[in-house]
Amino acid sequence: MTAAHPSFGDVQVGDQLPPLEIPLDRTLIVAGAVASRDYQDVHHDTELAREKGSKDIIMNILTTNGFVGRFVTDWAGPDATIRAIRIRLGAPNYPGDTMTMTGEVTAADDDTSTVTVAVRGANSLGDHVSGTVEVALP
Amino acid sequence: MTTPTDTDDGLTNEEFHASLQAFVGQQIGPAMVAPDEVNVPMIRHWCEAMGDTNPIYLDEAAAQASTHGGLVAPPAMLQAWVMTGLTGPSRSGDGPYEQLTDLLATRGFTSVVATNCEQTYDRYLRPGDRLSMVTTITDVSAQKDTGLGTGHFITTQQDYLDDSGERVGSMVFRIIRFRPRGTSARRPAPATTRDSNWWFEALAAGEVRVQRCSDCGLLRHPPGPMCPRCHSLAYDSVSIDGNGTIHSFVVVHHPQVPGFDYPLPVVLVDVDVTGESVRPVRMVMNTADTDPEAVVIGAAVRIEVRTAGGQHLPFAIVTDAPGGAS
Repeated sequence: MTAAHPSFGDVQVGDQLPPLEIPLDRTLIVAGAVASRDYQDVHHDTELAREKGSKDIIMNILTTNGFVGRFVTDWAGPDATIRAIRIRLGAPNYPGDTMTMTGEVTAADDDTSTVTVAVRGANSLGDHVSGTVEVALP
Repeated sequence: MTTPTDTDDGLTNEEFHASLQAFVGQQIGPAMVAPDEVNVPMIRHWCEAMGDTNPIYLDEAAAQASTHGGLVAPPAMLQAWVMTGLTGPSRSGDGPYEQLTDLLATRGFTSVVATNCEQTYDRYLRPGDRLSMVTTITDVSAQKDTGLGTGHFITTQQDYLDDSGERVGSMVFRIIRFRPRGTSARRPAPATTRDSNWWFEALAAGEVRVQRCSDCGLLRHPPGPMCPRCHSLAYDSVSIDGNGTIHSFVVVHHPQVPGFDYPLPVVLVDVDVTGESVRPVRMVMNTADTDPEAVVIGAAVRIEVRTAGGQHLPFAIVTDAPGGAS
């Protein structure tokens, strides 16, 4: 977090956020599930996940939300305030894959100093997550 | 395996949807109270898992110097604070959400996938905040055909309140409850008679049986009223031992009937009967857990009762095909 973070006045619609690559190992998926107190077996037990028709354990939604929030504040910095995270879920995040997060500023509201960032997290199967984040900038 | 009590409800899709609307606007159970206040240890676990190094979550001095004026929780943790955890109580079994889920299950909409999650944050949470959550069913869609299968979208709204009753955030959560494509649509029901009911009842009890003439002992299948050899109307039955051999087969490609997966092998199996040295009867059935390529004449099969489309039926599982085709 040493890079300078943008103020509202610095940001233009069309600005790209620095991409973030997240290697999806098994430990990460389990750690995210446990940190969010989500003990559904499909998020940590490979055998049971397979019995239920999944090819492996999958990342839970709370972890996906956590990465979307982190991706935006990595760019926006400690003085930013996230107002909303709205996501649509797609291809599952399985262990062994990589999720690449990209983002673009699609709107800026002068009255509230808030920008809207369109976010995508894609893995080898397609978009795991797509959505928007509203974040107020200093 | 539990069997869906897959009865015809006699409703059109529109009428079924109308019955689902009774649940819209209902609150699901009492407010869920967070087991713990917003706290730094849980925030630390979260930030470690997400690799989140934003200093406002764990670095007191940096948080003080920021616009937030002190430590705050990552906003995306909103939902985590009220999760019941590993040993927490599950929801009571007869609330509106369970009733809605049960009603959808009567049409085979038993699989579930979350599709949308929209969180808005009225303010950042700080260590010491104690949350509670109230959930309301806000929408149940008409029946939709999706890439996953056919089903209904259910939307709920979660409102998160602090201990003064002030809303601190809310979440709109959408799932689809669906019938997976091609797997569990209802099959056409067999036409049963007073002479064949017993055979289907044995299947429902998990057993494949073969009819036997009580007078001359001839084994026969399919079930019928009269022995073709001695013309006796008296019969009982014997169980099969679960093994057989494919005598012949066809693979149906067209026409395609809902409730079956295509290409659809239909096999004629020479069935071993307990205590019989020859294979006296043949039975028609579908295959399970078997690649259609492995279905060949002479292949050894195991015969099991499975549930398909709400019915108990015998299925052939190829265990050994001549020439190693399995």
